Amino acid sequence: MVRNLFIIFILAGVASMFAALALGYSDPVALGSAASHYVSKGLAELNGVNIVTSVVVTYRGLDTLGEVTVLFLTASILSFFLKNRSHETKSESSELLTTASKVIFPFIFMTGLYIVMNGHLTPGGGFQGGAVVASALLLLILADNKTDGSPTLFTVLESVSGIFYVGTGVAGLILAGGFLDATVLGAGITGRLLSAGAIPLISTLIGLKVGSELSTMLVKLKNASEV
Amino acid sequence: MELVILIVLSLVVIFSAVFAVIVKTLTSAVIASGAVGLFASVMYIIYDAPDVALTEAAIGSGLMTVVFFLILSRMRRDENG
Repeated sequence: MVRNLFIIFILAGVASMFAALALGYSDPVALGSAASHYVSKGLAELNGVNIVTSVVVTYRGLDTLGEVTVLFLTASILSFFLKNRSHETKSESSELLTTASKVIFPFIFMTGLYIVMNGHLTPGGGFQGGAVVASALLLLILADNKTDGSPTLFTVLESVSGIFYVGTGVAGLILAGGFLDATVLGAGITGRLLSAGAIPLISTLIGLKVGSELSTMLVKLKNASEV
Repeated sequence: MELVILIVLSLVVIFSAVFAVIVKTLTSAVIASGAVGLFASVMYIIYDAPDVALTEAAIGSGLMTVVFFLILSRMRRDENG
């Protein structure tokens, strides 16, 4: 009884905190100073048709670097704690899963690559495309119980793309306006695949990094669950 | 019309979230939490945020569900032997 009262008391406290926020909310009528700069100058500065990706990759590129670092930390902690038991005997995957994954895999994989490469033209970008690529690889990992998922390849891919990602950022610091400034490369013609400065390059590197990190995590979890 | 779809979707999201908490079997709870991500991503598309919707659909409802299932299978095997 006392415990229930305590829970209700805490819930009421949280509710009153959020009530103040909710009652004080009003729909914004104008863009903030940073947002209006992105909307009015983003297209002219970078030729990126999809302004969301321009913001995520360049203007707020440091945030994306932070997200990718958090993901990297999670993958490292998982591989530290989960012991690899891949050398023990394994059961076959079901026929249905093996056959279906062979049919579906190319489509999901190509969609992921498309989302990565066209981040500056259509919705998407490195992070989203990397997650889609990882879910395509997940199908292969689940379907083929015999492989251990070649963790060395993923580790090398992850490290190399991470180095080049930060390297592009430092190049922006030296050659252009600041860290991860995409204007180090030419803006190009609006709507082309190779336009919008370094955004396609950075997007591809983020896609490789996120895809290999997520795949490493899934491989570790799968191998650890295999007894 | 859009408002009606949004209200229905948010009710489905709330229902799935509550279902995931109160249901007895862990498998159903994982599926229900995946459904939360799936319907939330449809809501993001209606709110004109396809970038966020892609992430939510791929990670929130795809990869997270699989990660939960992998951990569940590991737990079961540890219990059995």
